[in-house]
Amino acid sequence: MRRNRFVTMAAAVCTAALVTAGAAACGGSESGSSGGGGEKTLKVGLAYDIGGRGDKSFNDSAYAGLQRVEKELNLEIKDLEAKDGETNADKVQRLDLLAKSGYNPIIAVGFVYTEAVTEVSKRHPDVKFGIVDSLVESPNVSSLLFAEHEASYLVGAAAALKSKTDTIGFVGGDHVPLIEKFEAGYMAGAKKVNPDIEVKVKYANEGSDGKGFKDPTSGKTIAQGQIDEGADVIYHASGLTGVGVIEAAAAKKKWAIGVDSDQYLTAPADQKPYVLTSALKRVDTAVFDFVKSVSDGTVKGGPTTFDLKNDGVGYSTANKEAIKDVQARLDELKKQIIDGEIKVPDKP
Amino acid sequence: MRRVASSGLALSVTAAFIALVFAALVTVGVLIVTGYPPVQTIEQMVTYGSEPDSVVNTINRATTFFLSAIAVAIGFQMKLFNIGVDGQYRLAAFLAAAAGGSAFVAGLPPGLQQLVIIVVAMLVGGVWAGIAGVLKVTRGVSEVISTIMLNFIGGGVISYLLSPGRLAIREGNNLTTRPIGPDGQVPGIPFPDANFAVYGLIVLAIVVGFLYHAGVRRTRFGFDLRATGLSAPAALASGVDVRRMTVAAMLLSGLVAGLVGIPQLLGDAHRFALDFPVGIGFTGIAIALLGRNNALGIALSALLFAFLTESAQILDLNEIPKEIVTITQAVVVLSVVVVYEVVHRFGVRIQRQAVGRQLATAEGGAAA
Repeated sequence: MRRNRFVTMAAAVCTAALVTAGAAACGGSESGSSGGGGEKTLKVGLAYDIGGRGDKSFNDSAYAGLQRVEKELNLEIKDLEAKDGETNADKVQRLDLLAKSGYNPIIAVGFVYTEAVTEVSKRHPDVKFGIVDSLVESPNVSSLLFAEHEASYLVGAAAALKSKTDTIGFVGGDHVPLIEKFEAGYMAGAKKVNPDIEVKVKYANEGSDGKGFKDPTSGKTIAQGQIDEGADVIYHASGLTGVGVIEAAAAKKKWAIGVDSDQYLTAPADQKPYVLTSALKRVDTAVFDFVKSVSDGTVKGGPTTFDLKNDGVGYSTANKEAIKDVQARLDELKKQIIDGEIKVPDKP
Repeated sequence: MRRVASSGLALSVTAAFIALVFAALVTVGVLIVTGYPPVQTIEQMVTYGSEPDSVVNTINRATTFFLSAIAVAIGFQMKLFNIGVDGQYRLAAFLAAAAGGSAFVAGLPPGLQQLVIIVVAMLVGGVWAGIAGVLKVTRGVSEVISTIMLNFIGGGVISYLLSPGRLAIREGNNLTTRPIGPDGQVPGIPFPDANFAVYGLIVLAIVVGFLYHAGVRRTRFGFDLRATGLSAPAALASGVDVRRMTVAAMLLSGLVAGLVGIPQLLGDAHRFALDFPVGIGFTGIAIALLGRNNALGIALSALLFAFLTESAQILDLNEIPKEIVTITQAVVVLSVVVVYEVVHRFGVRIQRQAVGRQLATAEGGAAA
């Protein structure tokens, strides 16, 4: 009888694990394309990294760009999500499947696709590829890069200007180079306007397996901890985890700063007033512009950097009441960065 | 005796078959209820799953699944629940990759390089699992708790060491160990019309499978292992050192777990980076359960899981949620446990009746 209980427990545990994995992957997988009517010349494919749609920041921003493509350019779209425990071969297959099914252009969201795009772009020289956050040197690949540190610099300055306690917080997702870029810019911007400011830095996950980007509960805990330590403005660069950060800040009537998408627009109504601003990373613009250039025939391979100068990154002014008293100062800093007078560090 | 054993095998096969049919029915049911055409869905999966690239990827994935499930099954033999295979194989693959990319190993002759990498991986896996074994016998810490915690600690160790200036180099937004040179790699086995090659180290997985089978069924150690699993006090009474067996089982489980990432590391990735696959250790638990701890059963289950995961890729493209495959996998595992229990009881009843009949005829004969 003991044997049975053991096996049953084992089964229960691993079923629970499977279900959790499935549920995590499920997050908002409504169908992507729809009829729409009219002549559709291009079929646009997009592949996400693990997490996929529904993170209210990075991936959703890419999806917003894709939706704009569907509406404004009247093109057929398709977005595919990654699964847990993927190897490079799986990513290659996903891109290859899109290429073989006639999708062109194809956009890979996230640097984890670097090798896969390199390989598949060689296999399909006639297909145009776009990759977000990584540099792939291949004639038919456009690399869409972002100056996240510049946007973070501005929101860092905003945080320091708004802080009454001279203490602000930063919540990162996974502790990886990409997120350190956000941290470095934020820190530099805050120190610029207030050299005495104290910045509490904490990552939701010291590992690199993506858990730090989908854990709102730990986002909430970390933010509460920072508030207890005196922080009154908290910036997060942590995907879905940030939902918890905003929730915790709003509950204590402190400021939260969103990332990638304009999170003032997506926050629940009772939390909205506390979203000071968001560091915008216009993945949506990048995706849209890239597809548009392909449909115009003006596309060129190589890297494009989206920065403050071309409005590829920036800060949001959607919460007008909150931001208006510091806006002038931020715009002045912005101009200095664009003119090259301020050099923003991209490493802590 | 032989007849009873073979009927036991027949019952296992029947149980697995019934579970599969049941899972298929549930899947079809879910598809119908959610408004997707079941026949076309399965057709698409089979068509896509039998393309050369998909076949190769299925075989490769099954290889890693298999190793992971064998690692879990070694623990299962004596009711040790090694949930830590995930942490063990990742830490092992990481340190083995770092060793393989180091100047020292790169200076060794080809052949020896691979050997060093494999040995490092096994040792790391063994040590990491062994910690849980030692904690269990010295402090009574449940291995379920300790292995899960070791997963987290392993993840922390990896992210500490996988940074520039320690064991990693930065490459754009990625962090990776130094790549293993051509002399340390294992060439793939070409497959007709495919863009990928089958991992050369599939051979290693097959060897591990045979060793596992022979070790459990044909050695004194394997007998002690199973005996301890069935009843620790009885094993103890008959002279088995249960504490030693616990540590040994965890060690062996960890040694095999250390191998899980190696076919991919030496056959394809050649380095450990942020995007090295995670979660295979947990899939291994499901596969070990489905395969009933039997080497052949685990191989077939690994292939089934690999095929399902692989062919799910096509579903998204055709607007069918690929999570349906997760449902299928979960139902298979749950139902095989239930069905096996039912079939097992049925088997016991038949045996009892048979024995009863034999006794009855024997008595009847004596009376006459």
